[in-house]
Amino acid sequence: MRRALLIAPVLAVLVLLDVPVEAQRGNQPSPPAPRAGAPIDLTGYWVSIVTADWRWRMVTPAKGDYQGVQLNAEGRKVANAWDPAKDEAAGEQCKSYGAPALMMVPGRIHITWQDDTTLKVDTDAGIQTRLLRFGTQTADEPRSWQGVSRAQWLNPRPNVPLQLRPANRTADAPSVRPTGGSLQVVTRNLRAGYLRKNGVPYSENAVLTEHWDLYKRPNGEEWLTITTQIEDPQFLSNVRLVAPVFKKEPNGSKWDPTPCSARW
Amino acid sequence: MGSDAVFGEMVKNMTSRFRFAVLIVALFAAAPTSAQVDLTGTWQRAAQNDNGAANEPVDLLGMPFNADGRTKALSYDIASLSATERQCQTYPPIYAIVGPFPLQFVMEPDPVTQKLLAWKILGWGDRAETMIWMDGRPHPPSVAPHSHGGFTTGTWEGDTLTTVTTHAKLGDIKRHRGFSSDRATLTMRFNRHGDLLTATGVLEDPVYLAEPYVLTEVYRLTANTNNFPLTACEPIEELPRLHENPAFVPHYRPGKHPAMNEMTEHYNIPLEAVLGGPETMYPEYRKKLKDKYVPPLCRGPNCGGPPAPPAAGRGATPQ
Repeated sequence: MRRALLIAPVLAVLVLLDVPVEAQRGNQPSPPAPRAGAPIDLTGYWVSIVTADWRWRMVTPAKGDYQGVQLNAEGRKVANAWDPAKDEAAGEQCKSYGAPALMMVPGRIHITWQDDTTLKVDTDAGIQTRLLRFGTQTADEPRSWQGVSRAQWLNPRPNVPLQLRPANRTADAPSVRPTGGSLQVVTRNLRAGYLRKNGVPYSENAVLTEHWDLYKRPNGEEWLTITTQIEDPQFLSNVRLVAPVFKKEPNGSKWDPTPCSARW
Repeated sequence: MGSDAVFGEMVKNMTSRFRFAVLIVALFAAAPTSAQVDLTGTWQRAAQNDNGAANEPVDLLGMPFNADGRTKALSYDIASLSATERQCQTYPPIYAIVGPFPLQFVMEPDPVTQKLLAWKILGWGDRAETMIWMDGRPHPPSVAPHSHGGFTTGTWEGDTLTTVTTHAKLGDIKRHRGFSSDRATLTMRFNRHGDLLTATGVLEDPVYLAEPYVLTEVYRLTANTNNFPLTACEPIEELPRLHENPAFVPHYRPGKHPAMNEMTEHYNIPLEAVLGGPETMYPEYRKKLKDKYVPPLCRGPNCGGPPAPPAAGRGATPQ
């Protein structure tokens, strides 16, 4: 009997640990709104740093040059039929500024909170706006270049697992810091567009999944990396993965709104 | 005595303070392992970018070289790798992002505490292994010996692993298209999202770079552990001309690189952009190009359409 009394608390804790955190909250106060509970601050002006894929981003590549994009046969067929004049005539100069391509377009982005549950991302290149909405509510919206984006904060674990904690040898070594976090964004309901200016296509069924990670350096610099996955079986033979990088700027003095262009 | 009985005896003999300690340990040990911070395993390169892929020998697009860095890049002749004394020089740490092979992370536990002493990124045939010390040890003084792999320390910032590498020797940072010096510092961030791992590298070099050179790569966890193993390097005679004249050092004199104009010839990109510099990384640089650039006909191996017909002769478009 005494043994059972001793073991019971240990077992109780182990059982509780398997119960989802949400179920353990009981009557605890609801979590703060996404804006108040943001683990990282993404707001401000950011400039894209083009050190990768320069030849396909900073200038309009040749028609049919889709090196680095794993297109299937149908995708290649569409890319080879690219006609910017046709896009202009149809009023579709913004086909290469849709959400799956927009963060790779050289330019500046301005991130603000539109309200407590919506992050707004404006771009000067193409003068586009992405709305990253937190929560699960859905709305019937027509397809658009920027689609419908659902956002979610991914908070860091409160503690690094024991076996991964550093074996600090110095007395003044910093302790494990549960700082940071990540923003996950899933975007659907897109209009079909281009991954690159020269007509490399994605379909309206493409699904865009992003992870926005912030990096604050000791010297004050802030960098933003957006890990980007594009799934589009209609035109892509494989999931497209890229990770554009942005550097934070002190203000919007270099903000330069420029309309969409089908050719440049 | 069965295991249940042994456990009961153990608990019975515990002091109350020790019981509390066991409870705390059990609490952490049983925490759900989301594995967001466990980097152990083989990570296959998955991003579709041109970090290490360039067709033309002179392609410094978007690389923030200063004048010295550009000069160094343009004087480089890949034949120098055939010199006996250079055959076993390996790539610098940023090659983990630039190179073509998977990253293999191995955990090195402290032999006494079994806590994380270091992460090790295994080497390839031409990149030394990277030992990421997690135990708080300081970097060596600046005059300490340098190696091709450098000296790396790491810290957790939330679920992110941040590493800092110093003491690496001069090395090639983009497949024979530019170098970092032995005074460079590489900071890397490893963010794990499910089975994806994103590495962001910030390379700073007071000798060859005017601004930090930032690159990213995305890897996918794979069960395929095939890799390009680090093997003992054995110098051999590769180019007889280098041995016939031991004083000959392969290089190009200033302004004499034979491939200087290839990017312009192939893609119509102005030479001033091809030669890089910090301004070429920023969006406003496009304005400088707008009136100078005309998209070329696609002539390379990656063009999807039929090759452009010759201007004249057999196969030419009828007039």
